[in-house]
Amino acid sequence: MTHIDSKAWLLIIAWLLPLCGFVIEVFAGYWSHRCPGGRYKSRTAAYLAVGCIGGGFLLSLSALISGISDWGLLEHQTSHSQAAPLESDNPDAHATAHFTVANVPHGEDADTGETGHGGGQKYVSGEIYTLGTFGKLRIAIDYYVDSLTLIMFTMVTLIATCIHVFAIGYMDDERTEDHTDHQVHLADGSHLHRPGRFYLFFSYMSLFCFSMLGLVLAGNIFMVFVFWELVGICSYLLIGFYVERRSASTAANKAFIVNRVGDFGFIIGLMILWTSFGTFGFKSYTDGNDGAHPEPGLFEMVRDDHGKVDVEKTDHGSIVRIQDHDDKSASIPYWLLVAAGLGIFAGCVGKSAQFPLQTWLPDAMEGPTPVSALVHSATMVAAGVYLAARFFPVFLPEVLLTIAYVGAITLFVAATIAIVATDIKRVLAYSTISQLGYMMLAIGLGGWGAGLFHLITHAFFKSLMFLCSGSVIVGCHHEQEMPRMGGLRKKMPITACTMLIGVIAICGLAVPGVSLWGYKIAFSGYHSKDAIVATAMTYAHLNPAHSLLFLAPLVTAGITAFYMFRLWFYTFAGEPRDQELYDHCHESPRVMTVPLMILAFFAIFCAVGGEGGPLYTAISHSETIPEHIADSAITLPSHKQIAGYHQQAGILALLVAAVGTLLAWLMYGVGRPDPGIIRRQFAGTHEFLVEKWRFDELYDAMFIRPVHVVAAWFSSFDRRVLDGVLHWFAHTGVVLARWNRWFDESLVDGIVNWIAVRVQAIGQSLSVVQTGRLRQYVMFIALGVVTLFLLMFALFPQT
Amino acid sequence: METPLAYYLFVGAVLFVSGIVCMATKRNGIAVLMGVELVLNGANVNFVAFAHYTPLGLDGQIVSLFVIVLAAAEAAVALAIALNFYNNHQTIDVDRGDKLRG
Repeated sequence: MTHIDSKAWLLIIAWLLPLCGFVIEVFAGYWSHRCPGGRYKSRTAAYLAVGCIGGGFLLSLSALISGISDWGLLEHQTSHSQAAPLESDNPDAHATAHFTVANVPHGEDADTGETGHGGGQKYVSGEIYTLGTFGKLRIAIDYYVDSLTLIMFTMVTLIATCIHVFAIGYMDDERTEDHTDHQVHLADGSHLHRPGRFYLFFSYMSLFCFSMLGLVLAGNIFMVFVFWELVGICSYLLIGFYVERRSASTAANKAFIVNRVGDFGFIIGLMILWTSFGTFGFKSYTDGNDGAHPEPGLFEMVRDDHGKVDVEKTDHGSIVRIQDHDDKSASIPYWLLVAAGLGIFAGCVGKSAQFPLQTWLPDAMEGPTPVSALVHSATMVAAGVYLAARFFPVFLPEVLLTIAYVGAITLFVAATIAIVATDIKRVLAYSTISQLGYMMLAIGLGGWGAGLFHLITHAFFKSLMFLCSGSVIVGCHHEQEMPRMGGLRKKMPITACTMLIGVIAICGLAVPGVSLWGYKIAFSGYHSKDAIVATAMTYAHLNPAHSLLFLAPLVTAGITAFYMFRLWFYTFAGEPRDQELYDHCHESPRVMTVPLMILAFFAIFCAVGGEGGPLYTAISHSETIPEHIADSAITLPSHKQIAGYHQQAGILALLVAAVGTLLAWLMYGVGRPDPGIIRRQFAGTHEFLVEKWRFDELYDAMFIRPVHVVAAWFSSFDRRVLDGVLHWFAHTGVVLARWNRWFDESLVDGIVNWIAVRVQAIGQSLSVVQTGRLRQYVMFIALGVVTLFLLMFALFPQT
Repeated sequence: METPLAYYLFVGAVLFVSGIVCMATKRNGIAVLMGVELVLNGANVNFVAFAHYTPLGLDGQIVSLFVIVLAAAEAAVALAIALNFYNNHQTIDVDRGDKLRG
């Protein structure tokens, strides 16, 4: 093993801790059964899980701090050809930071090894363990650490820690030997009784965190794929945690199968990449002992140090020259690289629930709420966006345009469905899809930093809101329908307050024109959404043909504000709609509210300073700024251009969000106009939205029913033809065997037995001679000798 | 005048047949053994006679000496058997020893 950087060590340990936790927790379930006292099982598994992920957080945090000091992540990045400093009031940024894309393997820095010395590098990469080498194909566990990895690690572990702590309270009713699942009705009308699965829940959670961290740490696309699938299987296990509920097991299957569709594209992308580039690695690193023969990574092969893709026109269409390769003339057809990018993106579409594979995410609400929080913020869906961002250098303009449109469609469709959803968790689920659409849109528009900025801020406020909804659900004894709630702010003030923070954050509300110590008064969501809208606005100005990509996020910003405040007013404001529910409602215990407060703190402050603030600056250090490809129809906006539109975009977005908020307040806070009347007036639209744009029905008609028909056909073919042939063979076999048996038993056995019987009979008859009388024997001998002599004389007479 | 060979052979034959008859008729085990001795000695007479009247030299005498030694050994074994037989059956009637009949 080569030398591994200290940051990577910290992250590797943080990554492996949950795995240890998982192994122990799975087996510890056995011990927890033997806990004395009988009624409640111990919380050891939960404490262990929290310890593991909390320890992981501390390690990630120290890695992040180390990264900040080693790489100067908080200093503003100076430009390549296009990038401009983001904050104009920070002129000395030029002087203090000068980053170039890491060039360890090529330049004279090679002998410094992998660790960064000063500001020359912005990533460390290396191999942890080689799983196998098959000719050219090297399969290994690699790590790749840049500022994005560090921030993702810190974010994931922090949010997961909060969610784990929250889950201790949420899952408390699972700690009995005899848990009653009130949502499962048995044939005799009673509810299902089963042993609680407290320890199992936490072991799955640990495995989930391990998978996600492994995905983020991965240094090659193959390892990403492995952990990608591990994330999938963990989500499957957790969504189907209440496996006895039919809806839960169906939802788990749906999540898994829909993801398979995306993963199919992913595999195709993988195959294209490997066939064309011969490596899975992201970027080169010095492997082996001397470090003399670095293997170039995918990113370097597609783009050079300045983000330039070498496209050439030939007689057989465009080709992309593979850079930094032993073979100077190596190239890949342009369309093939586009296909590879689309394939990888297909995986992201599945994982991040983008249009048209978004249908699994709302159903995934069947899992316990902490799982929803984890899936929706830090792990599962974030993985898709993370991969899209990670593979940004490989994506060509056509792929980016696809990503942008998919994101735009997703964010709009999901937001409209969220308006009419009444299940508190479903509203949040559609909101997640919509926000993921924003992130994808941003990445597709070239606003790489903005998209990831939103990923991080969204993770905080969405996990906050999910945990709040979990708190409401526990407080209301597993009631999830918002129309039955109302007025809960008096009963659960902490939940209501933190939820309000989350809602304001996601809506992107701010106080315009006022600033405190040079900072805008706004929660995290304002900054990140602002960055995306500004990118979209710039993009729309540069490419007027794609103005839709600006309108969709802008309008949806208003819709977002509307449905999020609708949720809050429905649940917490006004008067109780169901007095009985209200009377039994209670605030959650401290173990659940403290994580809420921590997350609320981060939902407010994590993006402080906006695009000049520490978070965005640190993220942007990992950005690859693509250079414009000649005669490409698309012009990606540069940072400088975006900065020019920032002011307008911010005002527009804020205005739209404010309108949405106002409308929600009027309809659900004041009650004028009455939402019921509007619903009746637009009954058709309402129903269309309630049925989720009929996507499930569409897929049912498009895929499921044809499959059923074909399956039925095959089944009948099987039953009639194949089974017939098989049965005939079987029957013939039986007949043959029966005849064979008869032959064996009568003929073969008959001969053998007859011989035996005869031999026995002869022996029996001869045994009469054996009289045992000595004198008789003497007579026999004497007579025998005489007889022999007589015979001899008779037969051979003497001549 | 020398005694012709036929005389010796006649004596040998008489001895032999007497032995056979003795073995076939006596029920006393010791008597049977005596019959055996007679048969052996009948054969011995033949050996010695043939040795004398034919150009065999001393072969016949030597074989007959062997036979005598053999007879002595056989008598010792046979008497031991007879003794054991008596111990088990309180008799030496050979007709009682028919345990090996088929």
